Amino acid sequence: MRTRLGGFPTFVLLLGAAYCLFPVAWVLIAATKSTGELFSTTTLSVGSSLVANLGELDSYRDGVFWRWMANSALYAGVGALLSAALSGVTGYALAKYSFRGRALIFNALIAGVLVPAVVLAIPQYLLMSKIGLTDTYLSVLVPSVVSPYGIYLARIYAAASVPEDVIEAARTDGAGEARILGSIALPMMVPGLVTVFLFQFVSIWNNFMLPYIMLGDDGKFPVTLGLYTMLKQGNTTPALYTLVVTGSLVSVLPLIALFLTLQRYWRIDLLSGAVKA
Amino acid sequence: MTGRGGAAPKLAPYAFVAPAVVLFLLVFALPIAYTVYLSLFRTEVKGLGLGKGSRSEVFVGLDNYARALTDPELGAGALRVLGYGAILVPTMLGLALVFALLLDEERVRARGFSRIAIFLPYAVPGVIASLLWGFLYLPGTSPFNQALRELSLPGVDLLSPTGIYFALANIAVWGGVGYNMVVLYTALRSIPRDLYEAARIDGCTPWQVAMRIKIPLLAPALVLTSLFSVIATLQVFAEPTTLAPLTNSLSLTWTPLMKVYQDAFGRGDLYSAAATSVLIAVVMFVISFGLLRVTRSRAFGGER
Repeated sequence: MRTRLGGFPTFVLLLGAAYCLFPVAWVLIAATKSTGELFSTTTLSVGSSLVANLGELDSYRDGVFWRWMANSALYAGVGALLSAALSGVTGYALAKYSFRGRALIFNALIAGVLVPAVVLAIPQYLLMSKIGLTDTYLSVLVPSVVSPYGIYLARIYAAASVPEDVIEAARTDGAGEARILGSIALPMMVPGLVTVFLFQFVSIWNNFMLPYIMLGDDGKFPVTLGLYTMLKQGNTTPALYTLVVTGSLVSVLPLIALFLTLQRYWRIDLLSGAVKA
Repeated sequence: MTGRGGAAPKLAPYAFVAPAVVLFLLVFALPIAYTVYLSLFRTEVKGLGLGKGSRSEVFVGLDNYARALTDPELGAGALRVLGYGAILVPTMLGLALVFALLLDEERVRARGFSRIAIFLPYAVPGVIASLLWGFLYLPGTSPFNQALRELSLPGVDLLSPTGIYFALANIAVWGGVGYNMVVLYTALRSIPRDLYEAARIDGCTPWQVAMRIKIPLLAPALVLTSLFSVIATLQVFAEPTTLAPLTNSLSLTWTPLMKVYQDAFGRGDLYSAAATSVLIAVVMFVISFGLLRVTRSRAFGGER
């Protein structure tokens, strides 16, 4: 009875793991199949065309796929970097100073978390088009930089990781506020800011609606949007399905790598810890 | 907070928050104000509608709202999202809770592997997740139907008008269960272990410990995860948009957000789109605050 009880939770968890890994395993196998094999062979038999598929993906419209990947890296990398920096500075100010308007600013930012993306995306598009910025890299980057969630996390992290006496001591030594922020507080906040960077990187990389609305020229598409347009054409040209499958596989590899290598920075506890505060 | 002597910190905090505030105003506040403004207007066409000056913006008050509220397609879309959410939220949070409680059991093996594997889909974009599952649903490539066929059972079409609810909910469960599991698991780890010891000495089974101690103490984290799940559910857009090319069961106005997109960019009626998006935002705020209010006494009061 005792051993059975111990084995059962393990079994259920492994079942959950299998469910979560199944589509990933499927795409790994499906990417090795030619278009003919994709629709005819048994699901779990490995095909023979992985190299051919990669080659085809590489040459599809002069390598536009790699361009999409580079665009995604640019949007997510630059956007998340700026976002982490902005969140760090703002979170520190909100955590460590008391000033008029602090509560107002903080509450307005938190309300921002609740505003649905669509309420923002359409007027953002209209306003961008008024200043002639639609269909540019900036139209996707600029809205991605302010992250209410990132500022919220950075504020919690600053409050927990930058001791008051360190700030006071630096002040007594005559350091200016900007200097304290730049060379003392921000370095102390780095682990928390890496967390903000990761969350923001994933959310920009995964964002579909904003680029979908802002961009028309597919040379500026991120990879998600690019693969979506390929899938749409797959209705008339089934050969594209193979490329979509291979492209999906290639496109999730960097995220999974990032995810596995930086695992210890996925500090979700910041979030659940915040509930109890 | 800053305490003694702080003559310098007077202006510094304002300088530090200024970039975020300016960007927030430009990217959040201004677009919101603009949406509300647009929602009160309509284009009026004079004559044939040709040439400059023949089209003008006229103030129509709450007319766009009245039309949105009586629009049968929008109402149907709201019901569809409700049905989708009714499948998704309890399933996802139920599974997340079960997994979190099991991870917290002492004698579990392969704990690290299971945790990472279940959390992994969080790193996969919704669009890509929909592509992958889309192929798994598609009768031509679906391994499920292949397996059923080999057992000479009838296939299940998850892309049928009814199946699509489960198909979409499954994609969201797959992507979100790990995230919620980790939130709940982290909250569980912060409960003092001696509480369980005491219960065990009193003769509680692991099941009773979970039901009577762990779940009540998880209430705040459960409130938070439900709130985020409900918000994400109401905003569903990428998944049905991505699946739409694979099936006829998904119209271009399947969810309210898809309808907003169609109104704005398909039909070019920005004013209706603005009114509808304000309505969606109001509904989200009401649900968010309602959920927090209803659960506050239990979630936060019970702990202290």
